[in-house]
Amino acid sequence: MRIFLEQMLNGLTIGSFYALIALGYSMVYGVMKLINFAHGDLFALGSYLGFTLLVWGNAYVTSHVGLAGGMIAAMLIAAIGIGIAGIIIERIAYRPIYSVGRLPAVVSALGVSIFLENIIMVIWGPRYQAYPVSVVPTLRFEIGGIHVTLLQIVILILSFVLLAVLYYIIQKTTFGAAIRASALDRDTAALMGINIETIIFFIFALGPALGGTAGVMVGMYYRQISFTMGWNYGLKAFTATILGGIGNIPGAMLGGLLLGVFEMLGSAYISTAYKDVFVFLILILVLIFRPRGLLGEKVAEKV
Amino acid sequence: MKTNRNIILKNWPILMVIALLTLLPFKINNYWIDVFFFFGIYALLGLSLNIVLGEVGLFDLGHMGFMAIGAYTTAILNTAFGIPIIILLPVSAIVAGAFAWLVCSPIIHLRGDYLCIVTIGMGEIVRLTLINNPFGITGGPNGVFGIDFLSFGGPLVIDSSIESYFVIWIIVGLTILGLVNLQHSRIGRAWNCIREDEIAAEATGIDVRSYKLLAFVLGAGLAGVAGNIYASKLMIVSPESFSFMESCMLFCIVLIGGMGSIPGVLIGAAAISLFPEIFRTFAQYRMLIFGAAMVVMMIFRPGGIWPRKRGAVKFESLLIKAGEENG
Repeated sequence: MRIFLEQMLNGLTIGSFYALIALGYSMVYGVMKLINFAHGDLFALGSYLGFTLLVWGNAYVTSHVGLAGGMIAAMLIAAIGIGIAGIIIERIAYRPIYSVGRLPAVVSALGVSIFLENIIMVIWGPRYQAYPVSVVPTLRFEIGGIHVTLLQIVILILSFVLLAVLYYIIQKTTFGAAIRASALDRDTAALMGINIETIIFFIFALGPALGGTAGVMVGMYYRQISFTMGWNYGLKAFTATILGGIGNIPGAMLGGLLLGVFEMLGSAYISTAYKDVFVFLILILVLIFRPRGLLGEKVAEKV
Repeated sequence: MKTNRNIILKNWPILMVIALLTLLPFKINNYWIDVFFFFGIYALLGLSLNIVLGEVGLFDLGHMGFMAIGAYTTAILNTAFGIPIIILLPVSAIVAGAFAWLVCSPIIHLRGDYLCIVTIGMGEIVRLTLINNPFGITGGPNGVFGIDFLSFGGPLVIDSSIESYFVIWIIVGLTILGLVNLQHSRIGRAWNCIREDEIAAEATGIDVRSYKLLAFVLGAGLAGVAGNIYASKLMIVSPESFSFMESCMLFCIVLIGGMGSIPGVLIGAAAISLFPEIFRTFAQYRMLIFGAAMVVMMIFRPGGIWPRKRGAVKFESLLIKAGEENG
């Protein structure tokens, strides 16, 4: 039971990373019908940005505002930086080809992904980088016999707050309704007076910003980052998006959390080596029986 | 005599390309011959994915998984039982095709991006399983090594760069011949119909499910052939060669060239395999340039470099009759 609860907690932590990244995929897909393959690498870029801020600004920020302040500052600046990067990428690589169909945009996204991955390699070098211990809380304690680290709790609280805020924005505000309307039918939404430009700007800033924040969190959690990490996390997060139903915001959150839990339980009880196989098998099984994901609605085929 | 001359005149660009490819290896060193060998492998893989993605419009981002099945079939059967590579060529194709039939049957009803993620998952499952060395037959992350050269019996062993170059390009040539015929057949037309409008295709009586499965099985079989040639050329197969990134590259080959266009696939394969070699002087910046080039390429030619022309079906017999009446 103790192992089960600990693995659940680990699973939720990893799941919250996946959920944060998956939101970026899902929002962009919802409105643009584009699988943004560059999103995983934006996440990695966020991780490196946070790393740089924490290493360079470490002495200064931590001595002035403390450990927590330093962490929050790194996440915020990474989020803003990656948000801006997201908007720039949309302007340069996606905007000129929206009109010609979906597939050219996929190639363009793959191109951006390769570009970003290699720009990280050129700037920060091909070797693994490690987040310094001094900027991450290392406190660990026991609750009812379960080992928990302070960092884990901080990450869980922070990501759940972010998820809740986003859920509120998307589901309860007028602006969120506009986003959902554009996801349902972009042309009709535009006819109803919704400014699609603003929506696109918003999703391409917010999605990557959340991904960048997740990047800093992953860096702090595992303390080791590499320039290829974007592919791995991106693929998992994309899987989570599909699992929950692509284009569906609560679905992406649920998918991410479930995927993290599956992965951890699978590696604890079945086999560590086969944990990713396990994840993909569950995805395939879910799709065989629910072809539009867990929360995806059945959309009637248009003729 | 006159018709023969016409055929030559009409097809002179193709003949030029064939002549160029035949003479090329005698002019370049072994390193570049190997680069062109991999161009051939990518061309064959591109052609095989083109059946699934270009002809039928099914998103397959796990195509390397099929090649892995072919390559590992060859590697394991050859090293464990000493079966010659030439016999394993059809065996690899059949095993890869059967694997495709097995895994695609339950998921073939999925649409668009859902099919895309399932094929990604399938490709990853194949790769991860190979890494984990099931029953101790795949050799784990190191792979299987010590695979024989392709041999046609007796002294005819394909053990030099130039020989393997010709083997792969002859196979590519034969594949193209087959695919051109397929494009103009009933099957090809049914595939294109499904790509353009699945519901309309179903309404006109095309068995959408079977035709989609057929595309997957044929594509996987060709990828299995590519895996066989690849394994016997490198003499080693390891799981890293079949990563998700490589599947994405195949996807790009088809889209950069132009969906469903055979010359397009060749150009796309050339772009993917030759570009990083030509830009080797830029060292660590070359993949950076490569990524940027893909974006620029799609902005200026979103339909691919050599998009397929929409062929109109000609009623030749009617035209002749009309011509006779007028003349």
